[in-house]
Amino acid sequence: MTHKLSGDNLTLIRGERCLFQDLSFALESGTLLILEGRNGCGKTSLIRAIAGMLSLEEGTVYWDGVPVEKVRQTFHGSLVWLAHRTGLKGDLTLVENLGFERSLRAHSDRDPEEVYERLGISRLKKLVLRSLSAGQQRRVALARMLLSDVPLWFMDEPFTNLDREGRVLVMELVEEHCSKGGMCVMAAHQDVEIKVPTTRVKIQ
Amino acid sequence: MNQTSLSEGPREIPGIFFGLGATTKRDLLLAWKRPGDVLNPLFFFAMVCTLFPLAVGPSAEQLEFSGPGVLWVAALLATLLSLNSLFISDFEDGSLDQLLVSPQPLPMLVLGKTLAHWLTSGLPLVLVSPILAITYRMPLSVVGVMMLTLGLGTISLSLLGSIGAALTVGLHRGTALLSLLILPLAMPIMILGANAVSLAATNDIYSTGIWALGAYAIASLSLAPYATAAALRISNE
Repeated sequence: MTHKLSGDNLTLIRGERCLFQDLSFALESGTLLILEGRNGCGKTSLIRAIAGMLSLEEGTVYWDGVPVEKVRQTFHGSLVWLAHRTGLKGDLTLVENLGFERSLRAHSDRDPEEVYERLGISRLKKLVLRSLSAGQQRRVALARMLLSDVPLWFMDEPFTNLDREGRVLVMELVEEHCSKGGMCVMAAHQDVEIKVPTTRVKIQ
Repeated sequence: MNQTSLSEGPREIPGIFFGLGATTKRDLLLAWKRPGDVLNPLFFFAMVCTLFPLAVGPSAEQLEFSGPGVLWVAALLATLLSLNSLFISDFEDGSLDQLLVSPQPLPMLVLGKTLAHWLTSGLPLVLVSPILAITYRMPLSVVGVMMLTLGLGTISLSLLGSIGAALTVGLHRGTALLSLLILPLAMPIMILGANAVSLAATNDIYSTGIWALGAYAIASLSLAPYATAAALRISNE
Protein backbone atom coordinates (compact mmCIF):
# COMPACT_ATOMS: atom_id res chain seq x y z
CA MET A 1 0.00 0.00 0.00
CA THR A 2 1.60 3.26 -1.07
CA HIS A 3 1.08 6.54 0.66
CA LYS A 4 1.61 10.11 -0.32
CA LEU A 5 2.38 13.15 1.79
CA SER A 6 2.38 16.55 0.22
CA GLY A 7 2.32 20.18 1.19
CA ASP A 8 0.92 22.92 -0.94
CA ASN A 9 2.07 26.55 -0.72
CA LEU A 10 2.79 26.41 2.99
CA THR A 11 3.33 29.69 4.80
CA LEU A 12 4.15 29.95 8.47
CA ILE A 13 4.47 33.15 10.47
CA ARG A 14 5.70 33.01 14.05
CA GLY A 15 5.35 36.32 15.87
CA GLU A 16 6.66 38.98 13.51
CA ARG A 17 8.80 36.64 11.46
CA CYS A 18 7.83 34.78 8.33
CA LEU A 19 9.65 31.44 8.56
CA PHE A 20 8.77 30.18 5.10
CA GLN A 21 6.47 31.22 2.34
CA ASP A 22 4.83 29.28 -0.50
CA LEU A 23 6.76 26.14 0.32
CA SER A 24 5.60 23.00 -1.49
CA PHE A 25 6.78 19.42 -1.34
CA ALA A 26 5.61 15.94 -2.24
CA LEU A 27 6.74 12.63 -0.86
CA GLU A 28 5.80 9.08 -1.78
CA SER A 29 6.34 5.67 -0.26
CA GLY A 30 9.97 4.65 -0.50
CA THR A 31 11.38 8.16 -0.63
CA LEU A 32 13.10 10.54 1.73
CA LEU A 33 12.56 14.26 2.18
CA ILE A 34 15.41 16.25 3.65
CA LEU A 35 14.75 19.70 5.07
CA GLU A 36 17.86 21.84 4.96
CA GLY A 37 18.68 25.20 6.37
CA ARG A 38 20.58 27.17 8.98
CA ASN A 39 19.93 26.90 12.70
CA GLY A 40 16.68 28.57 13.61
CA CYS A 41 15.40 28.75 10.04
CA GLY A 42 12.24 26.84 10.87
CA LYS A 43 12.96 23.16 10.16
CA THR A 44 11.44 22.00 13.42
CA SER A 45 8.50 24.38 12.98
CA LEU A 46 7.86 22.92 9.53
CA ILE A 47 7.81 19.38 10.92
CA ARG A 48 5.50 20.50 13.73
CA ALA A 49 3.27 22.21 11.17
CA ILE A 50 3.12 19.09 8.98
CA ALA A 51 2.28 17.01 12.05
CA GLY A 52 -0.60 19.39 12.75
CA MET A 53 0.75 20.92 15.94
CA LEU A 54 1.23 24.42 14.54
CA SER A 55 -1.45 26.12 12.53
CA LEU A 56 -0.22 27.30 9.16
CA GLU A 57 -0.92 30.82 7.96
CA GLU A 58 -1.67 29.51 4.50
CA GLY A 59 -1.48 26.24 2.61
CA THR A 60 -2.59 22.69 3.25
CA VAL A 61 -0.83 19.46 4.07
CA TYR A 62 -2.32 16.40 2.36
CA TRP A 63 -2.08 12.77 3.43
CA ASP A 64 -3.04 10.44 0.56
CA GLY A 65 -4.62 13.43 -1.13
CA VAL A 66 -6.88 14.41 1.76
CA PRO A 67 -6.20 17.48 3.97
CA VAL A 68 -4.73 16.18 7.23
CA GLU A 69 -7.23 18.06 9.43
CA LYS A 70 -9.93 15.82 8.00
CA VAL A 71 -8.09 12.57 8.67
CA ARG A 72 -6.16 13.55 11.76
CA GLN A 73 -6.49 10.21 13.50
CA THR A 74 -5.47 8.14 10.48
CA PHE A 75 -2.61 10.51 9.80
CA HIS A 76 -1.37 10.44 13.41
CA GLY A 77 -1.76 6.68 13.35
CA SER A 78 0.60 6.57 10.36
CA LEU A 79 3.45 8.59 11.80
CA VAL A 80 6.04 8.42 14.52
CA TRP A 81 8.16 11.39 15.43
CA LEU A 82 11.73 11.50 16.66
CA ALA A 83 11.75 14.96 18.18
CA HIS A 84 14.54 17.06 19.57
CA ARG A 85 13.30 16.28 23.07
CA THR A 86 12.98 12.52 23.28
CA GLY A 87 9.59 12.49 25.05
CA LEU A 88 10.67 9.66 27.30
CA LYS A 89 10.23 9.69 31.05
CA GLY A 90 13.48 10.01 33.00
CA ASP A 91 12.07 8.23 36.03
CA LEU A 92 10.99 5.12 34.12
CA THR A 93 13.11 2.36 32.66
CA LEU A 94 13.54 1.68 28.97
CA VAL A 95 11.05 -1.18 29.00
CA GLU A 96 8.44 0.84 30.95
CA ASN A 97 8.79 3.77 28.56
CA LEU A 98 8.47 1.69 25.42
CA GLY A 99 5.65 -0.36 26.95
CA PHE A 100 3.67 2.85 27.30
CA GLU A 101 4.33 3.82 23.67
CA ARG A 102 3.14 0.40 22.58
CA SER A 103 -0.39 1.09 23.74
CA LEU A 104 -0.59 4.37 21.82
CA ARG A 105 -0.04 3.32 18.21
CA ALA A 106 0.13 0.26 16.00
CA HIS A 107 3.17 -1.81 16.89
CA SER A 108 5.30 -3.91 14.59
CA ASP A 109 5.84 -7.64 15.01
CA ARG A 110 9.56 -7.16 15.47
CA ASP A 111 11.09 -8.84 18.47
CA PRO A 112 11.91 -6.06 20.99
CA GLU A 113 15.03 -7.92 22.14
CA GLU A 114 16.39 -7.92 18.60
CA VAL A 115 15.71 -4.21 18.26
CA TYR A 116 17.47 -3.44 21.56
CA GLU A 117 20.41 -5.59 20.46
CA ARG A 118 20.69 -3.81 17.14
CA LEU A 119 20.58 -0.37 18.75
CA GLY A 120 23.10 -1.41 21.39
CA ILE A 121 20.80 -0.74 24.33
CA SER A 122 19.98 -4.27 25.43
CA ARG A 123 22.08 -4.08 28.60
CA LEU A 124 20.42 -0.79 29.66
CA LYS A 125 16.96 -2.31 29.96
CA LYS A 126 16.73 -2.16 33.74
CA LEU A 127 18.15 1.34 34.16
CA VAL A 128 16.02 4.45 34.51
CA LEU A 129 16.34 6.75 31.50
CA ARG A 130 17.68 9.58 33.65
CA SER A 131 20.91 7.64 34.22
CA LEU A 132 21.58 7.11 30.50
CA SER A 133 23.71 9.41 28.37
CA ALA A 134 22.10 11.72 25.83
CA GLY A 135 23.19 9.45 22.98
CA GLN A 136 21.79 6.36 24.67
CA GLN A 137 18.48 8.15 25.22
CA ARG A 138 18.39 8.96 21.51
CA ARG A 139 18.86 5.27 20.77
CA VAL A 140 15.88 4.46 22.98
CA ALA A 141 13.86 7.02 21.01
CA LEU A 142 14.97 5.21 17.84
CA ALA A 143 13.70 1.96 19.35
CA ARG A 144 10.27 3.61 19.60
CA MET A 145 10.35 4.16 15.82
CA LEU A 146 11.44 0.62 15.05
CA LEU A 147 8.82 -0.90 17.32
CA SER A 148 5.93 0.98 15.74
CA ASP A 149 4.34 -0.19 12.55
CA VAL A 150 3.88 3.12 10.74
CA PRO A 151 4.86 4.25 7.23
CA LEU A 152 5.86 7.83 7.99
CA TRP A 153 8.91 8.75 10.06
CA PHE A 154 9.58 12.31 11.17
CA MET A 155 13.18 12.76 12.24
CA ASP A 156 14.26 16.07 13.67
CA GLU A 157 18.07 16.25 13.66
CA PRO A 158 18.40 12.48 14.15
CA PHE A 159 22.19 12.60 14.36
CA THR A 160 22.39 14.83 17.43
CA ASN A 161 24.34 13.28 20.31
CA LEU A 162 25.06 10.08 18.37
CA ASP A 163 28.56 8.68 17.83
CA ARG A 164 29.80 7.74 14.37
CA GLU A 165 28.41 4.20 14.50
CA GLY A 166 25.13 5.63 15.68
CA ARG A 167 24.96 7.98 12.72
CA VAL A 168 25.70 5.16 10.28
CA LEU A 169 23.06 3.06 12.02
CA VAL A 170 20.43 5.81 11.60
CA MET A 171 21.20 6.02 7.87
CA GLU A 172 20.92 2.24 7.55
CA LEU A 173 17.62 2.22 9.39
CA VAL A 174 16.19 4.95 7.15
CA GLU A 175 17.35 3.06 4.05
CA GLU A 176 15.73 -0.12 5.30
CA HIS A 177 12.52 1.68 6.21
CA CYS A 178 12.25 3.33 2.80
CA SER A 179 13.12 0.14 0.92
CA LYS A 180 10.22 -1.55 2.71
CA GLY A 181 7.84 1.09 1.42
CA GLY A 182 8.08 3.56 4.27
CA MET A 183 8.87 7.24 3.94
CA CYS A 184 10.84 9.67 6.01
CA VAL A 185 10.95 13.42 6.56
CA MET A 186 14.28 14.45 8.02
CA ALA A 187 15.51 17.81 9.21
CA ALA A 188 19.28 17.87 9.01
CA HIS A 189 22.00 20.45 8.71
CA GLN A 190 24.78 17.97 7.97
CA ASP A 191 25.53 15.98 4.86
CA VAL A 192 23.42 12.88 4.76
CA GLU A 193 24.35 9.90 2.60
CA ILE A 194 21.33 7.68 2.28
CA LYS A 195 20.84 5.61 -0.84
CA VAL A 196 17.15 6.18 -1.45
CA PRO A 197 15.37 8.59 -3.79
CA THR A 198 15.72 11.90 -2.02
CA THR A 199 14.02 15.25 -2.35
CA ARG A 200 15.67 18.24 -0.73
CA VAL A 201 13.80 21.30 0.44
CA LYS A 202 15.87 24.29 1.37
CA ILE A 203 14.38 26.72 3.87
CA GLN A 204 15.80 30.22 3.45
CA MET B 1 14.72 -8.60 10.81
CA ASN B 2 15.20 -6.94 7.43
CA GLN B 3 12.48 -9.15 6.06
CA THR B 4 9.67 -7.74 8.18
CA SER B 5 7.73 -5.42 5.98
CA LEU B 6 5.24 -2.71 6.78
CA SER B 7 1.78 -4.10 7.20
CA GLU B 8 -0.68 -3.75 4.37
CA GLY B 9 -3.98 -1.98 4.63
CA PRO B 10 -5.29 -0.12 7.64
CA ARG B 11 -3.15 -0.63 10.69
CA GLU B 12 -4.64 -1.64 13.96
CA ILE B 13 -4.39 1.13 16.51
CA PRO B 14 -4.90 -0.03 20.11
CA GLY B 15 -8.40 0.80 21.40
CA ILE B 16 -9.11 4.06 23.19
CA PHE B 17 -9.32 2.39 26.59
CA PHE B 18 -5.79 1.04 26.11
CA GLY B 19 -4.60 4.62 25.71
CA LEU B 20 -6.53 5.76 28.77
CA GLY B 21 -5.31 2.83 30.84
CA ALA B 22 -1.72 3.23 29.72
CA THR B 23 -1.58 6.95 30.62
CA THR B 24 -3.13 6.27 34.02
CA LYS B 25 -0.71 3.43 34.65
CA ARG B 26 2.29 5.47 33.56
CA ASP B 27 1.37 8.43 35.77
CA LEU B 28 0.71 6.20 38.77
CA LEU B 29 4.08 4.54 38.22
CA LEU B 30 5.74 7.96 38.04
CA ALA B 31 3.98 9.04 41.25
CA TRP B 32 5.16 5.83 42.92
CA LYS B 33 8.75 6.54 41.90
CA ARG B 34 8.50 10.13 43.09
CA PRO B 35 6.37 10.04 46.23
CA GLY B 36 7.28 13.62 47.16
CA ASP B 37 4.84 15.06 44.63
CA VAL B 38 2.01 13.07 46.20
CA LEU B 39 2.99 13.62 49.82
CA ASN B 40 3.49 17.41 49.69
CA PRO B 41 -0.18 18.39 49.17
CA LEU B 42 -1.26 15.71 51.63
CA PHE B 43 1.16 17.06 54.21
CA PHE B 44 -0.14 20.59 53.59
CA PHE B 45 -3.72 19.38 54.12
CA ALA B 46 -2.82 17.64 57.38
CA MET B 47 -0.83 20.64 58.64
CA VAL B 48 -3.59 23.19 58.08
CA CYS B 49 -6.20 20.93 59.65
CA THR B 50 -4.12 20.20 62.77
CA LEU B 51 -2.77 23.73 63.26
CA PHE B 52 -6.15 25.43 63.08
CA PRO B 53 -7.51 24.08 66.40
CA LEU B 54 -4.27 25.05 68.11
CA ALA B 55 -4.69 28.62 66.92
CA VAL B 56 -8.38 29.15 67.69
CA GLY B 57 -8.42 27.36 71.02
CA PRO B 58 -9.88 24.07 72.21
CA SER B 59 -13.49 25.19 72.73
CA ALA B 60 -15.60 22.20 71.63
CA GLU B 61 -18.43 24.32 70.32
CA GLN B 62 -16.17 26.43 68.14
CA LEU B 63 -14.34 23.40 66.70
CA GLU B 64 -17.56 21.58 65.81
CA PHE B 65 -18.80 24.72 64.14
CA SER B 66 -15.68 25.45 62.07
CA GLY B 67 -14.59 21.86 61.33
CA PRO B 68 -16.33 21.31 57.94
CA GLY B 69 -15.24 24.70 56.64
CA VAL B 70 -11.60 24.28 57.60
CA LEU B 71 -11.36 20.77 56.17
CA TRP B 72 -12.89 21.88 52.91
CA VAL B 73 -10.75 25.01 52.50
CA ALA B 74 -7.62 22.97 53.23
CA ALA B 75 -8.69 20.27 50.73
CA LEU B 76 -9.33 22.88 48.02
CA LEU B 77 -5.96 24.57 48.53
CA ALA B 78 -4.11 21.25 48.68
CA THR B 79 -5.66 20.19 45.36
CA LEU B 80 -4.74 23.52 43.76
CA LEU B 81 -1.17 23.00 44.96
CA SER B 82 -0.93 19.63 43.28
CA LEU B 83 -2.57 20.71 40.01
CA ASN B 84 0.32 22.84 38.87
CA SER B 85 2.51 19.83 38.15
CA LEU B 86 -0.12 17.96 36.13
CA PHE B 87 1.32 18.71 32.66
CA ILE B 88 4.58 20.54 33.44
CA SER B 89 6.91 17.54 33.35
CA ASP B 90 5.28 16.17 30.19
CA PHE B 91 5.68 19.59 28.59
CA GLU B 92 9.35 19.84 29.53
CA ASP B 93 10.54 16.40 28.45
CA GLY B 94 8.60 16.41 25.18
CA SER B 95 6.17 13.61 26.02
CA LEU B 96 3.29 16.06 25.66
CA ASP B 97 4.28 16.49 21.99
CA GLN B 98 4.27 12.72 21.63
CA LEU B 99 0.79 12.51 23.15
CA LEU B 100 -0.43 15.23 20.78
CA VAL B 101 0.73 13.35 17.67
CA SER B 102 -0.51 9.96 18.84
CA PRO B 103 -3.55 8.47 17.12
CA GLN B 104 -5.33 8.11 20.46
CA PRO B 105 -8.04 10.72 21.06
CA LEU B 106 -6.44 13.40 23.22
CA PRO B 107 -9.45 13.79 25.57
CA MET B 108 -9.09 10.12 26.54
CA LEU B 109 -5.37 10.48 27.25
CA VAL B 110 -6.10 13.61 29.26
CA LEU B 111 -8.81 11.76 31.17
CA GLY B 112 -6.25 9.06 31.96
CA LYS B 113 -3.85 11.63 33.33
CA THR B 114 -6.59 13.33 35.36
CA LEU B 115 -7.71 9.98 36.76
CA ALA B 116 -4.16 9.28 37.90
CA HIS B 117 -4.04 12.78 39.40
CA TRP B 118 -7.21 12.17 41.39
CA LEU B 119 -5.99 8.77 42.59
CA THR B 120 -2.77 10.35 43.87
CA SER B 121 -4.14 13.65 45.22
CA GLY B 122 -7.90 13.56 45.81
CA LEU B 123 -8.24 10.00 47.07
CA PRO B 124 -5.44 10.29 49.68
CA LEU B 125 -7.14 13.44 51.05
CA VAL B 126 -10.43 11.57 51.37
CA LEU B 127 -8.72 8.67 53.13
CA VAL B 128 -6.82 10.87 55.58
CA SER B 129 -9.73 13.19 56.39
CA PRO B 130 -11.43 10.93 59.03
CA ILE B 131 -8.29 11.08 61.18
CA LEU B 132 -8.28 14.87 60.97
CA ALA B 133 -12.03 15.05 61.59
CA ILE B 134 -11.43 13.63 65.08
CA THR B 135 -9.67 16.89 65.95
CA TYR B 136 -12.93 18.70 65.27
CA ARG B 137 -15.09 16.31 67.34
CA MET B 138 -17.02 15.24 64.29
CA PRO B 139 -19.45 12.38 64.97
CA LEU B 140 -19.00 9.20 62.94
CA SER B 141 -22.16 9.66 60.85
CA VAL B 142 -20.98 13.12 59.78
CA VAL B 143 -17.52 11.78 58.91
CA GLY B 144 -19.15 9.54 56.31
CA VAL B 145 -20.94 12.49 54.73
CA MET B 146 -17.71 14.50 54.75
CA MET B 147 -15.79 11.73 52.97
CA LEU B 148 -18.51 11.46 50.37
CA THR B 149 -18.54 15.21 49.67
CA LEU B 150 -14.74 15.34 49.59
CA GLY B 151 -14.66 12.41 47.19
CA LEU B 152 -17.16 13.90 44.76
CA GLY B 153 -15.70 17.39 45.17
CA THR B 154 -12.08 16.41 44.51
CA ILE B 155 -13.12 14.54 41.34
CA SER B 156 -14.58 17.81 40.00
CA LEU B 157 -11.57 19.77 41.24
CA SER B 158 -9.10 17.49 39.45
CA LEU B 159 -11.09 17.64 36.22
CA LEU B 160 -11.70 21.41 36.25
CA GLY B 161 -8.16 22.00 37.43
CA SER B 162 -6.78 20.10 34.45
CA ILE B 163 -8.26 22.81 32.17
CA GLY B 164 -6.38 25.48 34.08
CA ALA B 165 -3.21 23.39 34.19
CA ALA B 166 -3.40 22.89 30.42
CA LEU B 167 -3.92 26.60 29.77
CA THR B 168 -0.97 27.66 31.93
CA VAL B 169 1.44 24.85 30.97
CA GLY B 170 3.49 27.00 28.60
CA LEU B 171 3.93 29.81 31.12
CA HIS B 172 6.71 29.56 33.61
CA ARG B 173 5.46 29.66 37.18
CA GLY B 174 1.83 29.91 36.24
CA THR B 175 0.66 28.79 39.71
CA ALA B 176 -1.01 32.08 40.67
CA LEU B 177 -2.74 32.36 37.34
CA LEU B 178 -3.90 28.75 37.56
CA SER B 179 -5.48 29.41 40.97
CA LEU B 180 -7.20 32.55 39.68
CA LEU B 181 -8.58 30.68 36.68
CA ILE B 182 -9.86 27.75 38.68
CA LEU B 183 -11.17 29.43 41.85
CA PRO B 184 -14.43 30.77 40.35
CA LEU B 185 -15.27 27.25 39.16
CA ALA B 186 -14.04 25.61 42.35
CA MET B 187 -15.81 27.94 44.80
CA PRO B 188 -19.29 26.38 44.39
CA ILE B 189 -17.82 22.93 45.05
CA MET B 190 -16.33 24.09 48.33
CA ILE B 191 -19.49 25.93 49.40
CA LEU B 192 -21.73 22.95 48.58
CA GLY B 193 -19.38 20.48 50.26
CA ALA B 194 -18.79 22.41 53.47
CA ASN B 195 -22.47 23.28 53.69
CA ALA B 196 -23.62 19.67 53.29
CA VAL B 197 -21.26 18.58 56.09
CA SER B 198 -22.49 21.40 58.38
CA LEU B 199 -26.10 20.43 57.72
CA ALA B 200 -25.34 16.78 58.49
CA ALA B 201 -23.71 17.87 61.76
CA THR B 202 -26.92 19.63 62.84
CA ASN B 203 -29.08 16.67 61.74
CA ASP B 204 -30.57 18.65 58.89
CA ILE B 205 -31.35 17.43 55.36
CA TYR B 206 -28.02 17.37 53.53
CA SER B 207 -28.82 15.24 50.47
CA THR B 208 -29.38 18.27 48.21
CA GLY B 209 -25.72 19.19 48.52
CA ILE B 210 -24.61 15.64 47.71
CA TRP B 211 -26.80 15.51 44.60
CA ALA B 212 -25.51 18.89 43.47
CA LEU B 213 -21.90 17.77 43.97
CA GLY B 214 -22.62 14.59 42.04
CA ALA B 215 -24.13 16.58 39.18
CA TYR B 216 -21.12 18.88 39.21
CA ALA B 217 -18.78 15.87 39.04
CA ILE B 218 -20.69 14.32 36.13
CA ALA B 219 -20.78 17.60 34.24
CA SER B 220 -17.03 18.08 34.67
CA LEU B 221 -16.36 14.47 33.73
CA SER B 222 -18.18 14.84 30.44
CA LEU B 223 -16.93 18.32 29.49
CA ALA B 224 -13.54 18.95 31.09
CA PRO B 225 -11.46 16.42 29.08
CA TYR B 226 -12.48 18.09 25.80
CA ALA B 227 -11.71 21.56 27.14
CA THR B 228 -8.36 20.37 28.49
CA ALA B 229 -7.43 18.72 25.20
CA ALA B 230 -8.26 21.90 23.29
CA ALA B 231 -6.32 23.99 25.81
CA LEU B 232 -3.27 21.71 25.46
CA ARG B 233 -3.28 22.08 21.69
CA ILE B 234 -3.44 25.85 22.03
CA SER B 235 -0.73 26.23 24.65
CA ASN B 236 1.61 23.82 22.88
CA GLU B 237 1.61 25.75 19.60
